[in-house]
Amino acid sequence: MSPPAILVAILGLVGLWLPLVQFKPNRIAAGDSLTLAAALEAGWPVALGLAAVLILGCLRYWSPRLRIVAAALGIAVLVLSLGAAASQLVGPDNKLARVSPASGFWLMLLAFSLMWADGVTRMRPSLRASWLMLAGALAQVAALLLSGQLADVSVMRELAARQDTFAHEARAHLILAFGSLGLALLAGLPLGIAIYQAPRWRGPVLAVLNVLQTIPSLALFGIMIPILGWIAATLPGAGRLGVSGIGMFPALVALFLYSLLPVVSNTLSGLAGVPATARDAAAGLGMTRAQMMFQILLPLGLPALLAAVRIVLVQNIGLTVIAGLIGGGGFGTFVFQGLNQTAMDLVLLGALPTIALALVSGIVMGLLVDQSRATRGQA
Amino acid sequence: MIELRNLTRHYGEVTAVNDVSLTVQTGQIAVLVGTSGSGKTTLLRLINRLVQPSSGQVLIDGADTASLPVHHLRRRIGYAIQGDGLFPHRTVARNIATVPRLLGWPKSRIDARIDELLALFQLEPAAFRDRMPHQLSGGQAQRVGVARALAAKPDLLLMDEPFGALDSVIRAKAQSDLRDIQRQLGTTIILVTHDIQEAVQLGDRIAVMDRGRVLQYDSPAQILTQPATPFVRDLIGPTERAFRLLSLTGIGPITMPGEAHGTPIARDATLRDALAECLWSGRDALPVQGGGIVTLDALRANAAQDRQ
Repeated sequence: MSPPAILVAILGLVGLWLPLVQFKPNRIAAGDSLTLAAALEAGWPVALGLAAVLILGCLRYWSPRLRIVAAALGIAVLVLSLGAAASQLVGPDNKLARVSPASGFWLMLLAFSLMWADGVTRMRPSLRASWLMLAGALAQVAALLLSGQLADVSVMRELAARQDTFAHEARAHLILAFGSLGLALLAGLPLGIAIYQAPRWRGPVLAVLNVLQTIPSLALFGIMIPILGWIAATLPGAGRLGVSGIGMFPALVALFLYSLLPVVSNTLSGLAGVPATARDAAAGLGMTRAQMMFQILLPLGLPALLAAVRIVLVQNIGLTVIAGLIGGGGFGTFVFQGLNQTAMDLVLLGALPTIALALVSGIVMGLLVDQSRATRGQA
Repeated sequence: MIELRNLTRHYGEVTAVNDVSLTVQTGQIAVLVGTSGSGKTTLLRLINRLVQPSSGQVLIDGADTASLPVHHLRRRIGYAIQGDGLFPHRTVARNIATVPRLLGWPKSRIDARIDELLALFQLEPAAFRDRMPHQLSGGQAQRVGVARALAAKPDLLLMDEPFGALDSVIRAKAQSDLRDIQRQLGTTIILVTHDIQEAVQLGDRIAVMDRGRVLQYDSPAQILTQPATPFVRDLIGPTERAFRLLSLTGIGPITMPGEAHGTPIARDATLRDALAECLWSGRDALPVQGGGIVTLDALRANAAQDRQ
């Protein structure tokens, strides 16, 4: 018996017992909850199949590879069941009824994801294999979404009704998250290098950035409104440059400020972590300060820098949701609209792509960090 | 020829190096030896201006180095440090190529020089060129570090505890290899160590340092037989002195014709090796490979002669 697999099995079996979907005659009416076995025409065999996979997964001699395959199959079956249940419950011409995933679905999704993660951890895949698995997982998700099997699930219905705005908000979300990261790198890298070379300034600079980091996100977005609003109103030309109290500009500024601390402190620790002997040798062999920085310090500090990019990217993709509150755009727009209308499906339309984006970015950056370490023999 | 004139370095109240003057002849090895905190490493770093002198001059072949920009000066002076200091993200070849690249040598010349040095240090070029530093053993990394320091044919090679990170077996081999390579290339070397045995073995001249001053700058035999101060005598270790002295001389001069029993001793062995063998095997005379013998009496007579 394998302890993580037992946890997975318990979670999954509870998920099977809990409702898979919630069926509502319209978007805001109260609805009925149905378990997988009840929601699908062929529900019992599917449920028994999933239960069998979960229970057999507890066996110790299951190889990591088998676990990954079983988890991928489990997720596919689960998601397809959701789509099929939605189509069967709603019927062909019903535009109002909604079928949304319920607690059982999420719990089973969690269970199979854990099974996947457990398999991957035990397998200790090479970098190449990790990239391939990531690509495989993304292809699986894309295939499921594009197949049309999920078209009758509530979230996809919300999406179908908002194709244009979704593309627009997705673009805004990416601009905010990656744009603020870019700005933070532009400002934070030189600042990190500067305080590395002038140790007297390390304390004060890091203290200021620390304070910025501790301001709660909602408060920071809030305080941007009067400050930037005042600047836009008073400074001639500021408004024309896009400075304003609400909208994308304050969101970008706030995200930029949050990103500075991780970028600056990781730049500093990356440079400071370069072996003293390598620095001594570089100076002793006659490198100028600039040559030492670009040929020795920055390449050797790169893993720490990439780790900073990873932290900032994942953090900003999540924080960008709050930009929706002040009209900054992004997936947060759907989340807050949904909250206002108590339409959970709309909240999910904003939340799910945000989670997916953060997850994929985190994994990609993690792999890049490993790769940069591997080529330096620091793995 | 390297001349240090009245070199001094203060750190606030502390004087790390105090008015040091000494001359190293071209092609010689000068060893700076002393306890930790004696200022030997600071003195070494004053020469390539990793530490700026508070006062004093460094002359290379009569020319004052203070007029050169530091990075130009350092490219003319090889620098090898304890634990090799290789750049972990660069291959062996790229590490060795560091100074030639800074000097803008053409690629073909750099490549030829890398292979030449690897061969000189008994590292098969084809096998080692593209290795990363973490794929080298301690001894190999140390050799690559010295090869890198020698890459641009410097006038002078500075070495700071170059064998400090090696275990004793590899260290002995590395020391004798360095001696051989230095004789082949005729490089002038200034080497820092805290190990008096290493100093005696490698140095043409030894400078004993304490609290920023050079107490004595002499040949190893002079230092061993005529210590200038009680500190120098203590550093040598009075009980070790006789053996260190014996290790300076080969058995050649005291080999005499004759016959002896047992395993012969190598022709290039030192007096110390011969004494050890006599004591261990309980013999009064040893045959020498290729003819002749070394006797315990001759060894004793030789030691008595040194003492006077």
